[in-house]
Amino acid sequence: MGRTITEKILAAHTTQKGIRTGMLINARVDIALGNDVTAPIAIAEFRKAGGVNVFDKEKVVLVPDHFTPNKDIASAEQCRIVRQFAREQGLTNYFEIGEVGVEHALLPEQGIVLPGDLVIGADSHTCTYGALGAFATGVGSTDLAAAMLTGEAWFKVPESMKFVLHGQLSKWVSGKDLIIYVIGKIGVDGALYRAMEFTGDTVRTLTMADRLTMANMAIEAGAKNGIFAPDETTIAYVKERAKRGYTVYDSDPDATYASVIEVDVTKIEPQVAFPHLPSNARGISSVGNVPIDQVWIGSCTNGRIEDLRVAAKVLKGRRVAPYVRLIVVPATPTIYRQALKEGLIETFLDAKAAVSAPTCGACLGGHMGILAKGERSVATTNRNFVGRMGHPESEVYLANPAVAAASAVLGRLAGPDEL
Amino acid sequence: MKFTGKIWKFGDNVDTDAIIPARYLTTSDPEVLAAHCMEDADPTFPVKVKKGDIIVAGENFGCGSSREHAPIAIKAAGISCVIARSFARIFYRNAFNMGLTIFESRDLWERVAEGDELTVDGDEGLIWIAKGKESLAVEPIPAFMQELILSGGLMSYLAAKRRSGNGR
Ligand code: SF4
Repeated sequence: MGRTITEKILAAHTTQKGIRTGMLINARVDIALGNDVTAPIAIAEFRKAGGVNVFDKEKVVLVPDHFTPNKDIASAEQCRIVRQFAREQGLTNYFEIGEVGVEHALLPEQGIVLPGDLVIGADSHTCTYGALGAFATGVGSTDLAAAMLTGEAWFKVPESMKFVLHGQLSKWVSGKDLIIYVIGKIGVDGALYRAMEFTGDTVRTLTMADRLTMANMAIEAGAKNGIFAPDETTIAYVKERAKRGYTVYDSDPDATYASVIEVDVTKIEPQVAFPHLPSNARGISSVGNVPIDQVWIGSCTNGRIEDLRVAAKVLKGRRVAPYVRLIVVPATPTIYRQALKEGLIETFLDAKAAVSAPTCGACLGGHMGILAKGERSVATTNRNFVGRMGHPESEVYLANPAVAAASAVLGRLAGPDEL
Repeated sequence: MKFTGKIWKFGDNVDTDAIIPARYLTTSDPEVLAAHCMEDADPTFPVKVKKGDIIVAGENFGCGSSREHAPIAIKAAGISCVIARSFARIFYRNAFNMGLTIFESRDLWERVAEGDELTVDGDEGLIWIAKGKESLAVEPIPAFMQELILSGGLMSYLAAKRRSGNGR
């Protein structure tokens, strides 16, 4: 019987035989990731269990990205714990301010995660790396502590759902729109426990940025992981970044799926997820008149250079509507530098946007763009739960960078074709 | 691993607030948590639950927050294992990591009533009902997971392994 790419990667990382869905396995991890919110708890647990040295100082990755540059004293203390631990352990992959970026944008960019890897991260959006053909999933701090100690983690082998995407994307439609559309169809628990595997002719035309955005939001459908089998686009992306070997897996043609969902992408227009669930999807033509107070472009979902290019293209020669704030946060320093070189930052400044150092920032309601009571923000992020970006009575509308930029100019939720 | 106990039956989507209401999260003392376990779903539960009893529930048991207090409360209440149609993903991980035994069974719920007795054999992967006259298959618990549960959870398991010199 054939196996899925997810089953194959898990099987390759365990000594247990006869891997099948539903089975509990203990597996070797290639990368164990923590951030400034989750790592301090894991570090304390690691020590409580008698931990002295991490299992591999190249494979434990610590990225203080959530409240950095430190927002307040409490966050500075959290970062101090992470910094001290990284220093004491001599971790290869610790990123200090100046080098740090949003973890799920940073790791693929730096070639730290590669195809065929098994990655756990104490952060729910760890599923992003499935875009590279890796098995990657979010876990809790206890799991991270155990993995730092032993290099292993336990998993239940998930069933897979196969999404077959056909046809050519319409103008202004990106990976973000595809994933919001899919979540809108299946709901926020539509893929609970399962792997979301994306295939079909459309997928082959998607950039890595689009694939990363889609795998990133698999968790918003409750999935354990999202995954794309590597192709030439993937290999071209990892070839120039990889500092170690990697393995390419693909699903067998006769692999078993919990369900197969066909999506005709030609009918999809830019999507907006209305408050307060990522599954509240609407096409841009049916959003109505929604005045906004802020636009936030950044995050592990859409803070990559491709996203900034699209936003700049829309903003070029235009300016933000009166009394509306536009905040642009390049996800990593490399992206920031590239945006500078290409003149994108200047376009943003000309449009009267504020540009910040890489950080998670307001994506999780941390800092750099918190919303007041009753305010509305269009954001290129992945979650629009109650109070996600600030006051419990504020609202977040999830969209792609083109829609976000157009909305900033018009002062209401709008697509770029309205400009 | 074998458990025999009396059944407490719950429906679908028992969330972590039902398991242990947020108003008690100011403590992580297992005894205190146990005293309020399931009280909003069934106020008699914390009073009447006996050591070794078994919870049988429907879909998506443990949905809601990622609080590790939920499996701790159930375990401290004396529940030997939870058998549900399905578990919320984070609860599933937390349960094992905190040393609470859980099983998934699609068919058990319909075939038992509250107060019935059942036996689960986690090695063989069998649930015995109707006074041992009928059985249902269940995914067995692999040896390493049994060890983890028996030592009281993931971190105590690893600490014990280190002390015995098997760890890294
Ligand atoms: S950018 Fe937002 S979603 Fe991504 S890791 Fe940071 S807080 Fe989480």
